[in-house]
Amino acid sequence: MLDFLRQPWPWYVAGPLIGLTVPVLLLLGNKALGISSSLRHICAACVPAGLPFLTYNWRKEAWNLWFVLGIALGGLLGYRVLGHPEVIAISAATVRDLRAELHLTDFSGLLPRELFALENLSSWRGWVFMVLGGFLVGFGTRYAGGCTSGHAISGLSNLQWVSLVAVIGFFAGGLLMTWVVYPLLF
Amino acid sequence: MKNLKYLVMGTLFGVILTKSEVVSWFRIQEMFRFQSFHMYGVIGSAIIVGILSIQLIKRNRLRTISGEEIRLADKQYSHGTWLGGLIFGLGWAITGACPGPLFAQLGSGAPAAAVMILAALAGTWTYSALRDKLPM
Repeated sequence: MLDFLRQPWPWYVAGPLIGLTVPVLLLLGNKALGISSSLRHICAACVPAGLPFLTYNWRKEAWNLWFVLGIALGGLLGYRVLGHPEVIAISAATVRDLRAELHLTDFSGLLPRELFALENLSSWRGWVFMVLGGFLVGFGTRYAGGCTSGHAISGLSNLQWVSLVAVIGFFAGGLLMTWVVYPLLF
Repeated sequence: MKNLKYLVMGTLFGVILTKSEVVSWFRIQEMFRFQSFHMYGVIGSAIIVGILSIQLIKRNRLRTISGEEIRLADKQYSHGTWLGGLIFGLGWAITGACPGPLFAQLGSGAPAAAVMILAALAGTWTYSALRDKLPM
């Protein structure tokens, strides 16, 4: 059993488990799966600055903050305790493209060190990848009213056409970055 | 403590995200380059199971464990749905992470995740400040 848990989990195990999170959260307490809202609650708790959008009783949504704290614990448990491959087995074609286009040589870890090492913050590229990237995630998810969990998983599970529009936007943005902007950056 | 169950659910969710490698920047690149079925399999099967579960809840009028009626709010459309979606998508391909994976990466010990979460908070805050001026 432990050996099974230690290997990377295939999509047909992980996907259905992620899907089951939706009904379990509803049954546990009428909670809609959604993670980007936690960013709003943290802003509301720490720097509301009198902004109407950040002035609400965030304590009522505390479950969401416990949930993301759990995700961090899960990352610790899943990566450090249950073990992980040094190099994630992505397709050979992706390795070839990332070598040729982004000049990556180190494929170990969850994030390529060549782009995400903290030392890179002394160059523009580090700022683009960590700071601008994170900023766009925080700005875009709130503007869109949800992220991959709130729209793609939760929203589409409830057959919301609005979520379908959002998810098409997510993919359009991702494809634009990967196929149009990346070649300009490297 | 009533929030303990959400901490436990979050932990399970974080383990699943990590063990299925969707928290990997490389997996997200592989997805946007259409070079593997993995991410599509994860997201697609999650949605199918989610749809079936919600139908089951609705048709049987299931209640929460404390007996409340289950309510699902409809998502509201605004121009932000696609504009914000597009902006998030650009960020998703750069960071290789949506908000959930960012927290899992932080737990896994990736220091860059702390920077990205702070930047994401700055992004959310900026949206909150500019909200009235954005097309809605």
